[in-house]
Amino acid sequence: MGTVYRTQARPRDVAALAAATLAVGASFGAITMAYGLPAWLAPLMSVVVFAGGAQFLAVGLFAAGNPIAAVFAGLLLNARHLPFGLAVADTLGTRWRDRLIGSHLMTDEVVAFTLAERTPAARRKVYWLVAISLVIAWNVGVLLGVLLGGATGDPDAFGLDAAFPAGLIALILPSLRDRDTRLVALTGAALAVLLTPVLPAGLPVLAALLGLLVLLFPSRRHPAANDSTAAVVRDLSAGAGASDLTAAVVRDLSAGAGANGPAAGPVVPATVFTEPAEENRC
Amino acid sequence: MLIAAVIALGVGTYAMRLSGVLLRDRLELSPAVQRLLPMAAAALLAALAGTAALMAGTEFAGVARPAGVAVGALLAWRKVPFVLVVVAAATVAALLRLAGLP
Repeated sequence: MGTVYRTQARPRDVAALAAATLAVGASFGAITMAYGLPAWLAPLMSVVVFAGGAQFLAVGLFAAGNPIAAVFAGLLLNARHLPFGLAVADTLGTRWRDRLIGSHLMTDEVVAFTLAERTPAARRKVYWLVAISLVIAWNVGVLLGVLLGGATGDPDAFGLDAAFPAGLIALILPSLRDRDTRLVALTGAALAVLLTPVLPAGLPVLAALLGLLVLLFPSRRHPAANDSTAAVVRDLSAGAGASDLTAAVVRDLSAGAGANGPAAGPVVPATVFTEPAEENRC
Repeated sequence: MLIAAVIALGVGTYAMRLSGVLLRDRLELSPAVQRLLPMAAAALLAALAGTAALMAGTEFAGVARPAGVAVGALLAWRKVPFVLVVVAAATVAALLRLAGLP
């Protein structure tokens, strides 16, 4: 049963995340009231912006009387959603209704849950399941926080500030089994942590994209492949299925399929592994 | 002013979310570049996890939160179910705070 969350998110996993989201939403609502901001602000923001980190950052600056800084800081913090959008575009598909609504519900947790799934169908299902659960939990939580005020307590006292990063780590861990992804992600995370004291909020996380530059270094495992193109070509011809957006995740999961539950093995279609190799030779 | 700021933040955030989704159609991405997209997302998520685990604002987050996250990460690595990872991380952080650690 160990790896269920890698193959298919369970309702209880999503429920745990939703419960934590509700509690943090409540603290957000309570904080806006404690700052003396109008009662409509937190619920309006939660519907219109729907991005927890940016909302906390913005209300701090609103309370300090600096709404213009709040907008810029919030937008900087949310700029990561552009690359997230690129990564989950295939999951949202081509229907305009899905794209327009799905984009608004895109959060870090939704993206992490989605990219941890192996098949396009599972990714689509999980995207909507997590997105709808979290938008409801967040907005209900915020309303409760506004109504109950300080009675909602400090989420840090319950350790919720540790729950979110731990959940993210659990979700991205399977993709880190891929050597290149691991190098890129760990380099990016280290850069972000090191830059946090010196850059404004939002930029350190974006700087993690510089982690992709490690792919430019000559490969340690294959000394012959000494530029990025060669490295990528090598991986493609190794059958990585890279024409698929989620190639790295699919490959990791299929590599680890033996360790998964009974439904795990055969789900990855064989075509994923044959197509791109053909393309690549053209 | 406040309401205008909220709407500006909402519209801007939505524009960034949607433009990533729509750009994917417009961009003729080579397979090599397409392979980088999930890696880029993994790097961003790892950076979020790393900064959220270790930093509070521009300073280190103390002991309780990084310790809770570390326990959660260890359990995730040991393939413990997601829900237990999350609950264990929160519990460890909460207990350490109860014990007076920052």
